[in-house]
Amino acid sequence: MPNAALVPDDGTSSVLDAQDVGRVVDRMAHQIIERTAKVGPDVAGIALLGIPTRGVPLARRLAARVAAFDGPTLPVGELDTTLYRDDLRLRGVRPLGQTVEPLGGVTDRLVILVDDVLFSGRTIRAALDAIRDLGRPRAVQLAVLVDRGHRQLPIRADYVGKNLPTAIEQTVRVLLAETDGADAVLIADKAGSR
Amino acid sequence: MNRHLLSAGDLDRATAVDILDTAERLDHALAGREVKKLPPLRGRTVVNLFYEDSTRTRTSFELAAKRLSADVVNFSAKGSSVSKGESLKDTALTLEAMGSDAVVVRHSYSGAAHRLAEWVHGSVINAGDGTHEHPTQALLDAFTMRRRLRGGEGDLAGLRVVIVGDVLHSRVARSNVLLLATLGASVTLVAPPTLLPVGVDAWPAATGFDLDAVLPASDVVMMLRVQRERMTESYFPSAREYARRYGLDARRMAMLHDDAIVMHPGPMNRGMEIAAEVADDPKRSTIVEQVTNGVSVRMAVLYLLLGGADE
Repeated sequence: MPNAALVPDDGTSSVLDAQDVGRVVDRMAHQIIERTAKVGPDVAGIALLGIPTRGVPLARRLAARVAAFDGPTLPVGELDTTLYRDDLRLRGVRPLGQTVEPLGGVTDRLVILVDDVLFSGRTIRAALDAIRDLGRPRAVQLAVLVDRGHRQLPIRADYVGKNLPTAIEQTVRVLLAETDGADAVLIADKAGSR
Repeated sequence: MNRHLLSAGDLDRATAVDILDTAERLDHALAGREVKKLPPLRGRTVVNLFYEDSTRTRTSFELAAKRLSADVVNFSAKGSSVSKGESLKDTALTLEAMGSDAVVVRHSYSGAAHRLAEWVHGSVINAGDGTHEHPTQALLDAFTMRRRLRGGEGDLAGLRVVIVGDVLHSRVARSNVLLLATLGASVTLVAPPTLLPVGVDAWPAATGFDLDAVLPASDVVMMLRVQRERMTESYFPSAREYARRYGLDARRMAMLHDDAIVMHPGPMNRGMEIAAEVADDPKRSTIVEQVTNGVSVRMAVLYLLLGGADE
């Protein structure tokens, strides 16, 4: 556990350290190259869409790793799902994130949504609605760093960095160098221990 | 944010910047999109309650609410039960009984929005009350200044703004002075002595009578409409003299530094407070931009008031 400083002493334990995260992202990049090669040689037809906050740097990393492994150069966009959530009325007003369409838009492309943790699936449902207002992709796939289970909607990921069996009251946090100073995946026993 | 938006003076710096940031995000979210509609206010009802004539404010609020998927009811005093003598309170309670979540109100009496906020359960947004306040106009003006001169981020610290003309009758001026002071700008009011309100010394703004003297050191010049419909006596000798002393013409515009902008809340009296060539100047005039920005800013206000859980 090289980044012990990131792990608070309150029942939190580290699931992936910085090295693991790097390896997992590399594997996902390889999977994207393989799977999209089957889709067709039309490189211009693929775009990555990161979901804020941590989906955005993850999408950028995936694009960088795909390019480093001699894959295509994929345009990266950002998709804020806040306004499309089904739980807006359940608590106070949420601040808005940024939406940036990938260069060339989404219409007629294979769009790969990228997020850090897949849990209930509600964020992804919101993202699918948000994409619909941007255009009509040829297909939509989903890449997540961690799938922690407990889906509340019929949604599954196409690329999963790590399947992490959890209890529903546990919290999973992904830390990334871009947003948190270092890479790690943490799990905590009691909800809201951050 | 509070439940209501009644006065620009109620906003602290953090809230004001949050509104401007939200407006910026909403504007970007819709820019260049095929479907200019977002879903967060689905199932909410916004009533536009207008006791005074208005083109841009009413349509701007209507468009803002519709872009956020709210249902909109437009109510104008003409052709309603108001002409049968119904009071503001009864009208508002009637509309609320039909299930409105927010009331956008414009009224010729100063303080009408505050009174209304005591009577109804939903949110009240002041869209202009007499000669008192017009907070969303101040917000859209601040948004426009921030975009043009501060890269669309942060506050307006250090910005030098001069507001010129009929300050006495202007709710736009009062709201702007309050908001701009909160955002850190320094404001100078320039007007004939007869068109400055009593108690202007207590405002967070300097005052002056010589427009030529302040123009070279100004980043923003905001021209106010001479509100003849509110003038029951003569405040200046003639329109020509007013235009000569306080109007913005090409000669005066040339005194501004290169990046300075010219604003006007509209509707304009061309040739009176602003010359046509100034109003149409492609580089400095932000008058058309202000209208466009108004929709984004009102979307932000509606989202922040209605987008979360009920209290």
